[in-house]
Amino acid sequence: MKRGKLFYLSFSLIVISINTLAAQSSGEGSQFLLNSLFVIAALVFFAIVIQVSDNLMAIEAKRIGADKDGNHFGLMPRFHELIGDKLPSYLKNERVIISKKGFDIALEGLASNEKLEIPILRFAVNPTNFKGISPIPKVVVEIGDTVKAGDPIFYDKSQPDLIFTAPVSGEIVEIKRGDKRAIHEIIILADKTQEFKSFEKLNIEKISREDLVKTLASSGLMTLFLQRPFNTLPNLDVVPRDIFVSTFDSAPLAPDLAYALKGQELAFQAGIDTLAKLTPGKVYLSLDGRGETDAASVFTGVTGAEKYYFRGKHPIGNVGVQIHHIKPISPTDKVWTINAQDVAILGNFMLEGKVMQSRMVAITGADLNKTGYVKVPIGASVSDLLQSENISSAYRIISGDVLSGTQVSKDGFVGFYDDQVTVVEEGNSYELFGWLLPLDMRPSVSKTFPSALLGGIPSAANTNTRGEKRAFVVTGEYDNLLPMDILPQQLFKAIVVNDIEKMENLGIHELVEEDVALCEFGCTSKQPLQAILRNGLDVIKAEG
Amino acid sequence: MKNSLLSFFQKIEPDKKKSPFLHTLYDGFFTFAFAPNHVTKGGVHIRDGMDLKRLMFHVVIALQLCYLFGTYNIGQQHFAALGMYEGFLEGFHLKIFYGLVQILPLFVVANVVGLGIEFFYAYKKGHGIEEGFLVSGALIPLVMPPALPLWILAISVAFAVVIGKEAFGGTGMNVLNIALLSRVFIFFAYPTYISGDDCWVAGLEKVDGVWTASYNGFVTGVLNPLFESFGWATYQNGLAVVDGYSGATPLSLAAKDGWEGVLTRFTPEQMFWGNIPGSIGETHKLFIILGAGFLIYLGIASWRIMVSMVFGLVITGLLFNMWNATPAMDVPWYYHFSMGSFLFAMAFMATDPVTASSTNRGKLIYGFLIGSIGLVIRVLNPAYPEGWMLAILFMNVFAPLIDHFVVEGHIAKRKSRLSKLANS
Repeated sequence: MKRGKLFYLSFSLIVISINTLAAQSSGEGSQFLLNSLFVIAALVFFAIVIQVSDNLMAIEAKRIGADKDGNHFGLMPRFHELIGDKLPSYLKNERVIISKKGFDIALEGLASNEKLEIPILRFAVNPTNFKGISPIPKVVVEIGDTVKAGDPIFYDKSQPDLIFTAPVSGEIVEIKRGDKRAIHEIIILADKTQEFKSFEKLNIEKISREDLVKTLASSGLMTLFLQRPFNTLPNLDVVPRDIFVSTFDSAPLAPDLAYALKGQELAFQAGIDTLAKLTPGKVYLSLDGRGETDAASVFTGVTGAEKYYFRGKHPIGNVGVQIHHIKPISPTDKVWTINAQDVAILGNFMLEGKVMQSRMVAITGADLNKTGYVKVPIGASVSDLLQSENISSAYRIISGDVLSGTQVSKDGFVGFYDDQVTVVEEGNSYELFGWLLPLDMRPSVSKTFPSALLGGIPSAANTNTRGEKRAFVVTGEYDNLLPMDILPQQLFKAIVVNDIEKMENLGIHELVEEDVALCEFGCTSKQPLQAILRNGLDVIKAEG
Repeated sequence: MKNSLLSFFQKIEPDKKKSPFLHTLYDGFFTFAFAPNHVTKGGVHIRDGMDLKRLMFHVVIALQLCYLFGTYNIGQQHFAALGMYEGFLEGFHLKIFYGLVQILPLFVVANVVGLGIEFFYAYKKGHGIEEGFLVSGALIPLVMPPALPLWILAISVAFAVVIGKEAFGGTGMNVLNIALLSRVFIFFAYPTYISGDDCWVAGLEKVDGVWTASYNGFVTGVLNPLFESFGWATYQNGLAVVDGYSGATPLSLAAKDGWEGVLTRFTPEQMFWGNIPGSIGETHKLFIILGAGFLIYLGIASWRIMVSMVFGLVITGLLFNMWNATPAMDVPWYYHFSMGSFLFAMAFMATDPVTASSTNRGKLIYGFLIGSIGLVIRVLNPAYPEGWMLAILFMNVFAPLIDHFVVEGHIAKRKSRLSKLANS
């Protein structure tokens, strides 16, 4: 940001000084002005020549191998070294990908690093959490049945081998249905002492890939993977090009995954070994390189994966952005992604032969009495999680983060892929001249708010739309919020007019909703970009 | 206070079915006074505080210094023609009030006509009133000559809003810049009111072949008695202009006699500080630069367009200086910044996001071509002493083409990168 300001300032200074100088000089004076401009031009020219030749030397040094340590070889300091921030020492000898784009929304209500003990009674498996399956899957349990953790609950007819299993042992107490008898929630009342369906312990060294996939599919763990493009459940007959894991989350109020996985190093390593078996390509692990000290120490010791550090602002922690920078996917490629906590679930399964689908879930929100982390199985009841809080209807409960999470009702459940519950205030009130003279701090990308001057001071947020929906007017604002080599606005327009070829050419297959969520947040015209993108992805998917 | 105002507003809400037009109007004003109580649904749960109203309002703020000086300069130029009150503060009240008498009707007519049409279309199409005209309505008076008859302004604004914007679908859909479209309409339909030497100073009338001061009834009937009661100087009808007066602008002088010709009447300082006849908002260069800096700092206007436009002007200007075949070509390139309306066009017209190129690279090309083509028109075309309006409208039309090629280039780059990866 400093660079930009400097640039603006010098540009306006140059224009002003040219004008004033020109205005004050007449005759001989203008000759002097011309001469001085020529001198400046000559200096700039020589500086460019020196810089270019220096760069050429550095490139040549790299080519012939004289540049052994990979550090900069030239005489002159690099431009970004002069003005950009210096890399902290722990990143010196690592592969680091730096992005200047993006924006960190500073919100109040970050989860404190404290492990809360909250008893959870009810859990649910929710078919609507999974994209691309039929709304009425084949349910193999009935109300009143007792299940063990890892027992099958339902499967989709398109892939009968991909089983969705119970996260906990207990009794099936309710099957909630929505419109057109679509199955919404299969609710399990958890036993006090958990029983696990026992699976054969697998030897990762000896087992074949096919057997591994079969076992993981039957235990329900295959559903933890997502397949790109489209971010759907994996096809069991697809062999993914690579598998990507992001070990940090840059979304607002996101859980600290290094904290969540502390002490699980062994399971995480076993999980990574399992992933390596599933792909003939590589397992890529993206590490948090944002801080001045190494925040990713839990993951640095991991072997068998290609490690990349990422440095920048949200959405730099999104696995889609990371794939784009490490090894982008073409429309014909298939890659799998899996959340870092789910790698540990996978690892635990391999080590113990039990399906223990437990994650650290961050409880976040500015107005909560107590924030923190709870270790619970997938699909925990929200009202149980927030039992110590008194949440009125003036608040919204979100499973996930405020950008791409899903709103859940008070008797809802944490989503299958989510490791965060956020509570934000509803913004359903009128604000006098709210667009012009906002009375309270609010998160904004725009510098028209005083908060831009104060820097990233966390503020509270509510769900007000902050204005009405308009046509696309402002240009270039999405480009600054999406750290990928993609033209977002052109892509959205192509989706709106249903131009399939252009969508594909502009790289729609590289994106999923969470990647454009920040663009949607910052959109001046309040366009529903995530919904637009999902429409486009559905169209492309239907086209095959 | 807020709640009583809110309940008052809600009490007077007209029925949507019975009187839809009134309801549209009401909705427009209500959303202006109160940010609506809508909450997010699906997609993101929190939204940025920025919306289109706020964005456009900041452009209007950036224009305020131009308004201030433009008002003063209408009076200043009027009295300069009469050879009176040449100092900055001499006859200050006369200049300011005369400026207000000229500029307020222009502002009111432009906004009443433009907003009226917007309201009507919003009602017809059944959507809320969008704030697109907020900026256009502030820009239009500034790009007009101070002596423009109001009926011409009304027709031009109506043309620009109906044909230029509503015909294409409203805010955000227009191909051409609305403010410039209304100006270009006058330029071709009523050329004598917006070009030549006689239109840039307000309040002069030709009587028996001599330009003399003439004031309307409001000035003589209301302002004069008011100033008299304070013992101040008053306006005097029928004063003749000074000997050898001409309302020529620096540009028309440059077109005829080159830089020497400009210097016979104006000094470079005078042009920079805005003490010259011209369109209302374009004359004071520092205030425009401040406005441009404000917009760039806030990230509202694209610095890419502005910078590349400057480069376009500089390079084309240098080429003309080298060629030096006509008097207009010998105007030193750096003086092109202070003559005419280059800076105003750069800061407020070319950067209109709807009509400019939408890709970052496209903006560089777009700005450069405006800077270059505008100067070509200014220097080479004897009929059009100023080129930015035509250059910007021309490039408005070409902006989608520029974007097309930028997007195609981007696609080709993506493809080559993917094929490289496939081979690696």
